[in-house]
Amino acid sequence: MAAIFQGVGAAEALSSSPFNSFDSNKSIFSPRRSFSVRKGASFAVVRSDGTVNLNLKGRRAQQLISNAVATKADSAAASSSSKPGHELLLFEALQEGLEEEMDRDPHVCVMGEDVGHYGGSYKVTKGLAKKFGDLRVLDTPIAENSFTGMGIGAAMTGLRPVIEGMNMGFLLLAFNQISNNCGMLHYTSGGQFTIPIVIRGPGGVGRQLGAEHSQRLESYFQSIPGIQMVACSTPYNAKGLMKAAIRSENPVILFEHVLLYNLKERIPDEDYICNLEEAEMVRPGEHVTILTYSRMRYHVMQAAKTLVNKGYDPEVIDIRSLKPFDLYTIGNSVKKTHRVLIVEECMRTGGIGASLTAAITENFNDYLDAPIMCLSSQDVPTPYAGTLEEVTVVQPPQIVTAVEQLCQ
Amino acid sequence: MAFSAATANFNPLNTPSLRSHDNHLVTSVSPSPFFGSTAKLRLSSSPKFNVHRRSGSVVAVSEAVKEKKPKSTPNLLITKEEGLELYEDMVLGRAFEDMCAQMYYRGKMFGFVHLYNGQEAVSTGFIKLLKQQDSVVSTYRDHVHALSKGVPARAVMSELFGKTTGCCRGQGGSMHMFSREHNLLGGFAFIGEGIPVATGAAFTSKYKREVLKEVDCDHVTLAFFGDGTCNNGQFYECLNMAALWKLPIVFVVENNLWAIGMSHLRSTSDPQIYKKGPAFGMPGVHVDGMDVLKVREVAKEAISRARRGEGPTLVECETYRFRGHSLADPDELRDPAEKSRYTARDPITALKKYIIESNLASEAELKAIDKKIDEVVEDAVEFADESPVPPRSQLLENVFADPKGFGIGPDGRYRCEDPKFTQGTAHV
Repeated sequence: MAAIFQGVGAAEALSSSPFNSFDSNKSIFSPRRSFSVRKGASFAVVRSDGTVNLNLKGRRAQQLISNAVATKADSAAASSSSKPGHELLLFEALQEGLEEEMDRDPHVCVMGEDVGHYGGSYKVTKGLAKKFGDLRVLDTPIAENSFTGMGIGAAMTGLRPVIEGMNMGFLLLAFNQISNNCGMLHYTSGGQFTIPIVIRGPGGVGRQLGAEHSQRLESYFQSIPGIQMVACSTPYNAKGLMKAAIRSENPVILFEHVLLYNLKERIPDEDYICNLEEAEMVRPGEHVTILTYSRMRYHVMQAAKTLVNKGYDPEVIDIRSLKPFDLYTIGNSVKKTHRVLIVEECMRTGGIGASLTAAITENFNDYLDAPIMCLSSQDVPTPYAGTLEEVTVVQPPQIVTAVEQLCQ
Repeated sequence: MAFSAATANFNPLNTPSLRSHDNHLVTSVSPSPFFGSTAKLRLSSSPKFNVHRRSGSVVAVSEAVKEKKPKSTPNLLITKEEGLELYEDMVLGRAFEDMCAQMYYRGKMFGFVHLYNGQEAVSTGFIKLLKQQDSVVSTYRDHVHALSKGVPARAVMSELFGKTTGCCRGQGGSMHMFSREHNLLGGFAFIGEGIPVATGAAFTSKYKREVLKEVDCDHVTLAFFGDGTCNNGQFYECLNMAALWKLPIVFVVENNLWAIGMSHLRSTSDPQIYKKGPAFGMPGVHVDGMDVLKVREVAKEAISRARRGEGPTLVECETYRFRGHSLADPDELRDPAEKSRYTARDPITALKKYIIESNLASEAELKAIDKKIDEVVEDAVEFADESPVPPRSQLLENVFADPKGFGIGPDGRYRCEDPKFTQGTAHV
């Protein structure tokens, strides 16, 4: 089976790469689970013996950038007008998804700080207030707990709000409403009220934003029963997940990442969604399963290049669905490679990686040849200093070392 | 009657001069002022209008009511039908809560149960003016709000017994009463938690009218909460948003002076809650919450204000709970003298007196209502007793509206497709 390899040009730093996660799953798994329609994927073919025929725009010099982050789009080289689909940046993909859903259903509305006239602090809601009006794209006062609760009340009475936390960390102030009402009301009302709300915002460690703006709330929210959590990582899955989250009857928390908003990708023109409960196969492989999500996906792919050069064949899965875990995709991978490395940006204690480790151990212990390794961020408040911040999160060299250790 | 200008001539609660004029219902009692608080109740005589406010005004409703009714002729505030409806609703609330206490001590219901005895005038006075599509949001003291809104006594009692025929299938309990049919949006255990939800429901009403162009959508939302909540951030945040966007909501404060064992005066720098309304640009009204007709008058205006699109109102109802905070509260801190003062102002006794003295109905008719309610409550208990407890299969059913939210299991199928899921034993 020819595996599909998504090339990530380090120099391009992911912005203009034809980085499309092609669902090779589709041929293996049951069709009804895959909603995503894929077109226009440019890819390289990796033969199963590990040799690579890159079909990318030339192999650039592979300097390992320790802080893999999106840089400006290199439009000239990457885009080609003859290819199907259209190119855009991740924040534009989110906006497109949001706008399409707002066009489709007049009950969809947006609430948050500076989402209206300002266009959103990360421009995800740019232009929407002009198009849909101030009530549909509501600029709220700075009262996270209350406007999240307001969104929940609106959802109970028929609307489909999308709540934006300007930074995910601010949603700590809304924890009361998210935990008590968002997650619970469908249950405590005996199923009478649904809360089809989407709570989204950028989180994660950015560029020296300081401790409070660099939080990873997925670890705090994951225990709340009754909610779903997804994390987007590419323009394709950002748009797909946004749309799926809005259409879902469940409350969904969509985690975006501050540093990924300028990623560029070519996405299909037609309507598509990404299944909320499925993981994404980024790079099939044989030797080791690397589970990751959000920004760490790019650190992993960077490390993957080095690993491939060293002769390893990692299988990279972007778990995407942080709650619940897609144990089918993950399980199949574990059964194939027998080695698991989890790379995440959450803190070590009580993070998504911790839960995932437990879930895999519980379900697939017999298939493991080695203990699960989990690389997480340090249990420290993210320091301001760039050098310290760099070592707080997992860097590609650490991933390479971990795989080498795991595969001994 | 509009809430007209100023704090002029405001007579604060319980001053004897107020009571003797406009009050048909309550025997004149000269209550002592709040004790404990160092805040002075300001009896402002000058018609000082807060010029910084652009809109909204406050007046003591007693003032407005006083102006409205001539003192000489007994002006009937209600018709016979209305009077009987109000009486029946309040008696239902009282009888139901008394039965709850009995059932609790007999071990039929458990946990935290908060009873509404003494506060019936507020619930009846407000909720009986609503249409079915209007929404009510309450707190943990929500049984009577549910009953007033129209949730059958059987459904509420079953819910309290934890039976599957309860209004929330036994999954909510005393503090989480919900009814989609009657637009009761809960039932919240944490104080202040329901206020944003109520604000959201009001937002939907405005959205339906202005965005979805359902031009005759004039649904109003009532948010009930207590004096303790008025020191909580969510209260203020929602006052701001509701006034800012002129949402069709009425904030009803059931000030019963006590938050478990914390006296309102010991926890609040300025105990006059209604005054906090104008600070946000909405009228703040104080009303005697032991008097259902007064509450009803204020409620009428507040609700029609909201329906007309003029925005929110903050109504502070001075009321009292005859029982402890909950059935587990020994209620040792409250002064028996204070309790007996308020027991003398029992809203049901007062309304009964009014109805009889105004010749709206006879004592026999009222007694018939009492009997009927007793039967309703007995029937509710019987129904709840005979109802089945929730089976194990109900455990996982309502966690997600779309049960795909439990995810995909190791075998590739959604967990909700696992046959054990419907038995409530699936591993999720």
